[in-house]
Amino acid sequence: MSLLAVAPALPLHTAGKYVAGAYIVFLAIVLIYVGIMASRLSRTERELIELRRDVEAQRSAQDSEPEREPVA
Amino acid sequence: MTTYGRGLRGLSLAAAATMTAALVLTFFYAPLDANQGFIQKIFYIHVPLAITALCGFVFGGVLGAVYLRTGDRKWDIRSYVAIHMALIFGIGTLLTGTIWAKASWGHWWVWSDPTLTSFLIVMLLFATYQPLRFSIEDPERQSRYASVFAVVAGAFVPLNFIAVRAAQAYVHPRVLTLTGGNLPGSMRLTFLVALAGVALLYVTLWKYEMAAKSTRMQVRALRRALLGEDSVVPLKRSAAPS
Repeated sequence: MSLLAVAPALPLHTAGKYVAGAYIVFLAIVLIYVGIMASRLSRTERELIELRRDVEAQRSAQDSEPEREPVA
Repeated sequence: MTTYGRGLRGLSLAAAATMTAALVLTFFYAPLDANQGFIQKIFYIHVPLAITALCGFVFGGVLGAVYLRTGDRKWDIRSYVAIHMALIFGIGTLLTGTIWAKASWGHWWVWSDPTLTSFLIVMLLFATYQPLRFSIEDPERQSRYASVFAVVAGAFVPLNFIAVRAAQAYVHPRVLTLTGGNLPGSMRLTFLVALAGVALLYVTLWKYEMAAKSTRMQVRALRRALLGEDSVVPLKRSAAPS
């Protein structure tokens, strides 16, 4: 406790930048995380669009196939 | 099938409201500390981050144990995300802690402080979790080994905490103790609201990441079911469960 006991209270103009710095760091971490997750979400969205396009392409290919005569 | 997005909106709003309340209480309600002055305000974010990160590591270990018991891979994914989130909160703890240390002690880092050093050891231990996963290609083995690691490392966290608390020669201030703590009422209320806010943020982000992972896996499963196995691009080697 000795180090803490001798540490005097910092004046507001000095302490303020450290307190602001700590809270900005916290906010920055949360924002960076949310940003990374947003980019992953957009990737999933692209995959979903691609899947929809592929399924529709497959369906239209099946529809355009001529019906075959049943073999007697 | 679990839908992780359910309740996420309400949880996000609750986390945002609690965090806002915590900030208001911190800067407009809690009195200035007689010894440290304004710099003590950092504790209202630093200590909740540290507690949440350590609880997150233990939570990851518990989820890993459930995976080992059930063999259901969803528990491995939950454990992975819990540890991932705890690492992010741990980085926040270290950064806010070093800022406080610089302002209060005049040094960014004090190696002789057991709390600081032990937290760094816990962080470094869990920092090896992802490389461990990355080094194993077989998904089944990856999940099993990672869960064993999560359980052992998770058990180390409370032991480490108790050992540091039992140490006599420390310089780190004690915010909470079993005998009631060193905080007066207004500071205690502010601290508890901040702790609730950070804990809610952890749970919200955990659910957010789980929802994102679950959605991606469902899209891949859907592609496989509709277009066949060949239509799915094989995943690159990854630390993340697939």
